Formats: sequence, structure tokens, C-alpha cells
Amino acid sequence: MRRYHIMGLFKDFEEAFAAIADIRNHKIPGVSVDDVTLKSPIEHPEVEEVLGDRGSPVPKFTLFGALFGATFGFLFLSSAQATFLVQPQGGKPVVPLPSNIVLTYELLILFGVLFTVVGFLISARMMTRRHPLYSEKVSLDQIGVMLEVDEKNLNPVKELFKQHKVLEIREEVAS
Amino acid sequence: MQTKDINENIEWAKINADVLRSMENPRIGYWIAVATCIAMVSCAVVAEIYQYQTGIGVANLSWPQMWGLYIATFVFWIGMSHSGTLLSAILHIVHADWRKPIYRFAEAMTTFSLMTAGLFPIIHLGRVWNMYWVLPYVSDRGIWPNFRSPLSWDAFAITTYLTSSALFLFIGMIPDLAICRDNARGWRQKLYTVLSLGWQGDDRQWRHFRKIYLLMACFLIPLAVSVHSIVSADFSMSIMPGWHVTTFPPYFVAGALYSGCAAIITLFIILRYFFRFEEYMTIPILEKICKLTFAIAMVWSYLNLVEFAATWYGHDQVAKELLLWKFNGPYAPFFWTMLFCGSVMPFALAFEKLRRHLPTMFVVSLLLNLGMWLERWMIVGPTLSLSYEPFAWDINWPSMVQWAIVFGSFGWFGLLFLVFVKVFPSVSMYEVKEMVFHRRRAHRPDFAVELHRRATDPQPGRSPQPGQNPSTEGA
Repeated sequence: MRRYHIMGLFKDFEEAFAAIADIRNHKIPGVSVDDVTLKSPIEHPEVEEVLGDRGSPVPKFTLFGALFGATFGFLFLSSAQATFLVQPQGGKPVVPLPSNIVLTYELLILFGVLFTVVGFLISARMMTRRHPLYSEKVSLDQIGVMLEVDEKNLNPVKELFKQHKVLEIREEVAS
Repeated sequence: MQTKDINENIEWAKINADVLRSMENPRIGYWIAVATCIAMVSCAVVAEIYQYQTGIGVANLSWPQMWGLYIATFVFWIGMSHSGTLLSAILHIVHADWRKPIYRFAEAMTTFSLMTAGLFPIIHLGRVWNMYWVLPYVSDRGIWPNFRSPLSWDAFAITTYLTSSALFLFIGMIPDLAICRDNARGWRQKLYTVLSLGWQGDDRQWRHFRKIYLLMACFLIPLAVSVHSIVSADFSMSIMPGWHVTTFPPYFVAGALYSGCAAIITLFIILRYFFRFEEYMTIPILEKICKLTFAIAMVWSYLNLVEFAATWYGHDQVAKELLLWKFNGPYAPFFWTMLFCGSVMPFALAFEKLRRHLPTMFVVSLLLNLGMWLERWMIVGPTLSLSYEPFAWDINWPSMVQWAIVFGSFGWFGLLFLVFVKVFPSVSMYEVKEMVFHRRRAHRPDFAVELHRRATDPQPGRSPQPGQNPSTEGA
């Protein structure tokens, strides 16, 4: 059976959320809220209440980056300072901890930030091709509800969208 | 009298249209400003070439006056960069949504201030061809970076701050770049397509976007404090009179926020006029920035008093002499102007009538920044003039070369900023939409209740997550 991508464009969040709520409540057998992708022009605080908590691994990237930055930073400085052994130290330590803390801190932040960005790019699947059903109206003022459904569910989903005053429906065969 | 931050009934499509139009059709004043900035930069380039060919002596810099305006202005520009972090990161974390129409240009200001500040250590070297020496890389060629030196810390701190601020600015702009991509043609469309990184506004993208923005904000706040503390360490870790002061780090941070906020007022008024942003850069928002600036000005004034008192009641006779000399020596006119502009002038921000009068606020903000620039000069100049060794006492006035380069830096910053606001949206479209949406929603609590009811309904359609109780899922 062929699978389709279908997207309904709604004029506001109320209608879009109402459509998703019906999907959650199993109005169409075989279609669950896990299949839904919501496209919106703004970050809506209640999205997770409707779609369920989907989590984000970005903080883990951040933690790893910060730990890496601190470790690498301190080792980087120490390795550089270790070459100072050939110079007279004047009684000062070769690897001075107090002043190294400052630089280690800066590198902790630098790598924390860099890894956070990488985590975002990977997790959010950035730098990929736009979906064929992408609508420029989403970046303007409309809300898109997109699903991947079996052919037999295509018409019921369309009907559901229409019940909730959908403005436009787009569809394409999923590859 | 306008009392609301923003008109809640403004349409989302209009927000897009207004901001996109601003990138195409600025007023004639914009082009005059661009031409002025180019002229200023040209003067600075000529002065720098002259200094490059002749030597640093033409800048009137020689022992004991080695630093002069270059380092004072470096500190000024570093300080200017802090307002973007303040407005963007701190106010984001505390959910002050009035920041939304104005934080973008403040963040751009941060990035361009840092780019301007970074030029000064290089210019100050004199031997520009050796500029890579300022980078404390691990050397195998006989160069020994002193990692104990605050000057080395500067390189790390500023590089980290510039990288993080630029990324923060860029990441926060991605949804807007996608809007630009969807509406642009020609070279702009190609540029925005690359920069928007394939943004589609999916819930997945927004979810991770929210996380990254919050995490970066959390990193940027301590980073900003550390950067200016480190810049203050350039001075305070020496034993020079007037510099060896424990209040320098908070004093520098307060001064940085102060000058940045004053600059935000200046740019706010300029952008509001050039790009017809009256609906977004509103008077109530300007009032809030003014109040914030006033509060920070009072902190700065207090820390000034603490510094004076600590010196007065301390045992460093030379530092006390220096303080008295600042009051009535050759630098006294600049010192008193600094105190007037920095500590007296902010009281203009305490009056509602004045806060709402744009021309007055424009002039006041310029005077505040003049005061803050003088503050940096009054830190550098007098101490180098009247140090511990009487044989090294020397009054120093900057030469035309120094003045030209300093004024040119303002032109450079202005030029970068003006190009930015022409190519990129200077008002965050998606955040203004959010702001409008939430304000409108605040009048309709029934929708939130209804949504919560729907969300907590039994959901046979959704498969439970591992370890999750299906009966409470989504609540």
C-alpha cells in the first residue's frame, strides 16, 4: 500500500490543535499523534501539551562540550606551559593553577557553545532539503499539520482537516 | 499616550511585510549615515597607513604613555558589546518579552563592537605585520606566551565572546532568515537559503531551537561578566596607582552594561527613524530601556564612589595624589565631564516626560556614552602620566593620528551596523509574532484551559514512551 504525506494549513493554532486532538483521540484508526509534524511560524508553548513530550538531546551535547572544553583547555595550557621548563621559572610553578582556571573557564564555555550548536544542527535535522510539502505560508501566518499516512487513511485525514476549517491541503506520495 | 509595549492587534503578515520592507527601502538619512561612516573609516585608514609607515611615534605614544586612546577605546568597545548580552540573554531568561522587538540589533551591536575592539590591540602594536603575536598559540618558534598575563587571557576571552555572540546572533536569526528566503529574489534568496540552513518551522526544529537558545543564553551571561572582568584585570593586576583596585572587575562590568544600554537608546532612536519602526520600537519599550540604564548608571556611580573612598582611606599615598590630581590636574576638565555625563546626566532618565521625548533621549544617550568613553580614557591616561617614579611623569595628549583612528572606529562600527540592518532583519519577526500572540492570548484564558483539557484527555492514539505512565502522559 502506498504511503502519502499530507499537510493541512490552518489559519490559527486553535483549529490546528483541535485537529491534532482528534488524531490523539484516535478518530482515524491507524493514525497516531506520533505521525504528526506541526509546522508553525512561532515557537508555541503548548505544542508539547498537544504533541506530547518529545524531548531534546541538545543539553547532553552541551554537557559533553563543556566537559571536553574544560579538560582539553587545561591540558592544552599545561602542555604549552610544560615547554617552559627550559626557561627559568623564578620559583613559580610550571603549571600555575589559579591563572589557568581563568582560561580553562573560557574554553569550557567556548566548547560548550560550539557543541550546543552542533547538537542543535544534528537534533533539529538542519541543513537538509526542505520537504516538498513545505509552504511559505507557514513562515507567514499559517499553521501546518503534516502526517505520513497509508493510502486508505488519506481521505479520512482530509475529512478531519476539513472539519476543522482547513485552508489548504497538500499531498504527495511518500518516497 | 501610548501605554502598551506593542499593538496586540497587529497582523503577523504585516510584521513580515514591515520588517522586509525596511531591508529594501530605508530613508535618505540612512544613505547619508553610510556616507559619513565611509568618510570616517577612510580617515582612519589613512592615519593607520601613515602610522604603519612612519612608526607608532606619530601617534604620540612613547614611554611612559604607551597605551593612550587605543587601549581606552578598546575597553570602551568591549564594554559596548555587553548590552546585547544583557538585553538578549538576561531578559530572555527572565521572560521579559519587551526585549523581543529590539534585541536583534543589540546582539548585532555586540558582535560589531567586538569586531571593532579587536582591531585596537592590533593597531596599538605599531608593528601590524606581527599581529599574530597577540594570539597565545603554543609556540615551537621561540615565542613564549605568558598564560599568567591578563593580556593572554584577553585573547582567549574575546575570541570566545566573539564566537559565542556571533553564533547567538546567527542562531536566533535562523527562523527570520527562512522568512527572508521565502520572500527574497536574486542574490538575497541565495544568501538566505544558505544561511537559513533549511529551516522549515517544524515542531522538532522549534523544540531544539528553544533549548539551544536558552543554553546559549545561560553560557553568555557568565561569559560576558568574565570577559570584562578579564579586561579589568589588564589594569587591576598591575601595581600602578589608580589601577590596583579590587572593585575594578564589577566596576568594569557595570560600566560595560551602562555604555551598552546608552548605545541601545541611541541606535533604537536611529533605527526607529530610518526604518519607520514606530510600531515595534515603541515609546514604552524605550522607557523600559531608559529605566534599566538609570539603574545601571546608579550602580556605576556607586562603584565610582567606592573606588574613590577606598583610595582616599587607603595607604597608597601615590594613588591618593593621583586621585587629587584627577580632580584638579590637567585632566580635570575631562574627569569632571566624565562624572557629569556619567552620574548626573542619567537623572534625566528618571523623568517620564524626558524619557518620552526622543530628541532629548538621543542627546542624553550620546552624552552618556561620551561620559563612558571619557571614563576609559581617565583610567588609562592619568595613571600613566603620574605613576610611582617622578622622573617618568609626563602629560600626554593624543595626536591627530590617534584621534583619526578612534573616530574611524566609530565609523567602522557604524558602517558594519548599517550594512547589517540593510541585509538582515533588525527586528525579530518571529519573536514579535510570539509577543503579539501571547499578549492577545492573555485576554483569552479559556483557550489555555480548553487546550489543557484536550491534552489531558485519554489518548489511545499515542504510543507511550518507555518508562512513561500512559495515564499521565502529556499532562
